[in-house]
Amino acid sequence: MADSSFPLLTLTAAVPAVGAIATAAVPAAKRELAKRLALGVSLVTLVLAAVIAVRYDPNGDRFQLTESRSWIADFGVRYELGVDGIAVVLVALTALLIPFVILAGWHDADPTGKQSSRWRPTQGFFALILAVEAMVIVSFLATDIFLFYIFFEAMLIPMYFLIGGFGDKAHEHGEEEAARQRSYAAVKFLLYNLAGGLIMLAAVIGLFVVTNDQLGAGTFSLQEILQARADGDLEISTNTERLLFLGFFFAFAVKAPLWPLHTWLPNAMGESTAPVAVLITAVVDKVGTFAMLRFCLGLFPEASDWATPVVLVLALVSILYGALLAIGQRDMKRLIAYASISHFGFIVLGIFAMTSQGHAGATLYMVNHGISTAALMLVAGFLISRRGSRLIADYGGVQKVAPVLAGTFLIGGLATLSLPGLAPFVSEFLVLVGTFSRYPAIGIIATVGIVLAAIYVLVLYQRTMTGPVAEKVAKLPDLRAREMLVVAPLIALLIGLGVYPKPLTEIVNPAVEHTMSDVQKSDPEPDVNPVEAAHE
Amino acid sequence: MESLIGLLVAAPLLGAAVLLCGGRRLDRTGHWLGTGLAFTSFVLGLVLFADMLGKDGEERALHSHLFTWIPVEGFQADAAFQLDQLSMTFVLLITGVGSLIHVYSVGYMEHDERRRRFFGYLNLFLAAMLLLVLADNFLLLYVGWEGVGLASYLLIGFWQHKPSAATAAKKAFIVNRVGDVGLSIAIMLMFVTFGTFAFEPVMNSVGETGEGKLTAIGLMLLLAACGKSAQVPLQSWLGDAMEGPTPVSALIHAATMVTAGVYLIVRSGAIFDAAPDAQLVVTIVGAVTLLFGAIVGCAKDDIKKALAGSTMSQIGYMILAAGLGPIGYAFAIMHLVTHGFFKAGLFLGAGSVMHGMNDEVDMRKYGGLRKYMPVTFVTFGLGYLAIIGFPGLSGFFSKDLIIEAAFAKGGTQGWILGGAALLGAALTAYYMTRVMLMTFFGEKRWEADAKGDMPHPHESPKTMTIPMIVLAIGSVGAGAFFDIGERFVHWLEPVTGFEHGHLPDGLSVPMVTGATVACMVLGVAAAWLQYGRRPVPAAAPRGSLLTRAARRDLLQDDFNHVALVKPGEYLTRGLVYLDHKLVDGIVNGTAAAFGGLSARMRRVQNGYARSYAVSMFGGAVVLIAATLLMRAV
Repeated sequence: MADSSFPLLTLTAAVPAVGAIATAAVPAAKRELAKRLALGVSLVTLVLAAVIAVRYDPNGDRFQLTESRSWIADFGVRYELGVDGIAVVLVALTALLIPFVILAGWHDADPTGKQSSRWRPTQGFFALILAVEAMVIVSFLATDIFLFYIFFEAMLIPMYFLIGGFGDKAHEHGEEEAARQRSYAAVKFLLYNLAGGLIMLAAVIGLFVVTNDQLGAGTFSLQEILQARADGDLEISTNTERLLFLGFFFAFAVKAPLWPLHTWLPNAMGESTAPVAVLITAVVDKVGTFAMLRFCLGLFPEASDWATPVVLVLALVSILYGALLAIGQRDMKRLIAYASISHFGFIVLGIFAMTSQGHAGATLYMVNHGISTAALMLVAGFLISRRGSRLIADYGGVQKVAPVLAGTFLIGGLATLSLPGLAPFVSEFLVLVGTFSRYPAIGIIATVGIVLAAIYVLVLYQRTMTGPVAEKVAKLPDLRAREMLVVAPLIALLIGLGVYPKPLTEIVNPAVEHTMSDVQKSDPEPDVNPVEAAHE
Repeated sequence: MESLIGLLVAAPLLGAAVLLCGGRRLDRTGHWLGTGLAFTSFVLGLVLFADMLGKDGEERALHSHLFTWIPVEGFQADAAFQLDQLSMTFVLLITGVGSLIHVYSVGYMEHDERRRRFFGYLNLFLAAMLLLVLADNFLLLYVGWEGVGLASYLLIGFWQHKPSAATAAKKAFIVNRVGDVGLSIAIMLMFVTFGTFAFEPVMNSVGETGEGKLTAIGLMLLLAACGKSAQVPLQSWLGDAMEGPTPVSALIHAATMVTAGVYLIVRSGAIFDAAPDAQLVVTIVGAVTLLFGAIVGCAKDDIKKALAGSTMSQIGYMILAAGLGPIGYAFAIMHLVTHGFFKAGLFLGAGSVMHGMNDEVDMRKYGGLRKYMPVTFVTFGLGYLAIIGFPGLSGFFSKDLIIEAAFAKGGTQGWILGGAALLGAALTAYYMTRVMLMTFFGEKRWEADAKGDMPHPHESPKTMTIPMIVLAIGSVGAGAFFDIGERFVHWLEPVTGFEHGHLPDGLSVPMVTGATVACMVLGVAAAWLQYGRRPVPAAAPRGSLLTRAARRDLLQDDFNHVALVKPGEYLTRGLVYLDHKLVDGIVNGTAAAFGGLSARMRRVQNGYARSYAVSMFGGAVVLIAATLLMRAV
């Protein structure tokens, strides 16, 4: 199973990549064909991701389905792919969400009267989404650090065009202002992430230099470096390791995003269309937290340990700050963006708590946050497209005119506030308990986040959905069939994974054990061993 | 038999799923489906109860492991049930009273176009509450715990078009969430202390750890109980929760929700027994709340809010008893059950009155209704006699036992707690007599409603009166039935343990009972002097300072507003401003210092290409510097 002759992983990344090119090439008049093609490609990718999940053996090697080819031999860069349990579930999440993103954005890029002269916006929109999917998948699959870096950076380009080129049809300040703000948001997104990426590049090269010095030949291979560290062949001096760690961590903290590097996210999510906002927060940002877990902890365990106090505080600040800012928002998309910042705080907290529960929780959190935010954001997008406003104050009483829309919005909201029984509760509780067992004070402060989450979700619901029916809301239609097709499966997943998360934990657990041994940590023991106590 | 436990929860859960997803075609039959499934659950409960009675006291507990819920290294949460005498008591109360409330709602909600959905929420409420009492570990209990919170949110805010209802629902959920934080922390503490949070292993290894940890766990559990059971300081949601339809109030106050806190404390008895400091705090919370609720209940003119104050107070008695340890656990639960009968009956009676009075809730606009609504009058009257502790009726037995146990705690504490409980008994008699007199006796003070229609009070339909009659029977007989031969205590003893309390020197049981009855008579007399002997003014008099404060729920909301809401608003507004001006500014400014990025960002119309070039250049500089540095290190 370790070395498969069939390049399944390459194929999984190649399908959306080729699909993107094909979608872009569809003639201008055949818009619908482009949409169907993109949807079909994303579904094929989903099937391939499912095959990966099935073929992955939780009891097998750490990295499976591996592929390895020489690429830039002079610099030791290889085309190396492989999956561990964490990568499997995140690839699955990505492949799962893209069809919903495409379906939800079905009409988002239809040319309006004024824009008809533009060059095939519909084809471009869906091609860019597929391109992002391909790049994200490669980032999850790559076990060569340089390969990872290239795709980590390259995905900024299609994202830049998705944010800057496509926005909500209506804007409270008019079309011109909307275009200006979109443009600002896109450039801000690009520059923040580019800055992070460049600093990481320095660290990537630094790592090459170190391996070159110590191993005789420089390498970017994660597996080789992990092996060398385990065997004691590679000993990075304390200062160097810390600098390299910071270089990597900075890039991932921008992408995640962690306070205080978060300010690009509300702009980007607010100005882009709801499906693109989902793409940003539920898919692209996950590469940041994934990479913290895989690269920061795996490559630089001692420096990770050294940085833990600061990172935990930043994560805690993100949790509370993001939630408080969410309460203060007037724009529902920005509210969801700040809620995401709070949730990313939980993920980072789980990663740096360095416990099995924290790591498993953080990994599940990435998946569950993806699904719950997609549900909430996409329904919000349906609502915004009906009324033509993102401002919470423009709504009221929607529950009366569109009960199904309101009901699904509520479920998305309840998932966001981690109601037990829905999937996010499992991951949030694991993160909290994993943090608490090592850092009780931080764990306790973090629980304040669950009260704040209840406030921002329920205030949002109250102001938009309840009360007297607002003007211009009275005639809003309820969810249509296509929209139900987007929302219903997401809700089913939220309930299913909340009640029975075992299929995910089974895949994730072995990978968590490996990471725990990378960082040479073991879980704190309970004061009382109940098994022994029972025997006494 | 074990497999029936799962069905007990599954029946109402299925009802909720079908009714909420089923769509309009279920509008005509949905309420009967919901009611039927509630009864199914009740019948299953009876079957299990009969089976349980056939076994010896120590061997009655049933366990049912469904599946492993969250398996993670070093952490295991199971979806597993435990049905023992304590859970069984709750199951019968929840499904029994719950089913009656379903029947009542068929009539009460007849003209509401969203009746199907209402029954879906009612079923969800039952399912969540059953999960809460049947879970065999604290994490699964937590699912039921918040499920109850969700169901109450949906039901309190059922009339969502009313902003006051939507606000009340949100408030209930958020205040409850504060309590839930306590439960989260308690579970985390158990996990780090015992490596598990399942009931049996935790309770069995309590002796292995220090009192400090147990006190912390106990206090966190108490915080959780305060939220769900509306105890001071988390009581503020209960009065507002009256925004929900009246059957919801009956459900929340009698069969579900507010009883959950009492359950939690009694279930965790082993922890509290080993943490006397935590127990003391529990009794203080109980005593303070029983007076707080009673005082508020004395001042309210809204019949539902008066009853809400009463619930808070009666739950205070239960919490007080639960804080007394093994001398009180069984009495707490016994009062909980008898209270379930009479409080459900009282709320349903209040709903019946409102039904006949154009949904008027102000008791100053009632009066003389006994002739027009005889069944409601008699059933409400029996509930009234039960709650004030009229000798021979349910409340007399269960409340008296708690007051005795409070004195039996001994020392100064015993005197204070017992005194508070006695004072509470007098206040209970006062505010309930007031409700009774203002509603059913005296002159008619009816007024036309907002549409100008005068009320035409009439007896409610059979679907509403039959549940009231059944509950009245329970209000009358349950106490005596439980108390004779200490039946109830023997039933619960294998689970909760039991010790006879010893009254301090100079006190005897007849003295305490006599004092309780005397307090009751005093309370009734005071109310009669004020509201029976003289006509009730149609507009509320200004009242003393205390009365005015009590009308405002002893300033609870004013306090929360000043201490929490306003500062919170300033904080969020300030942070929104700072995020925009300061954090964004500093990060952009730092970037500018490195490569002039910020200036480029402001001139976005120049296109991103130039910015890209600049940042590439900046990156390259960093890169070279870093490489040199690596060499040097």
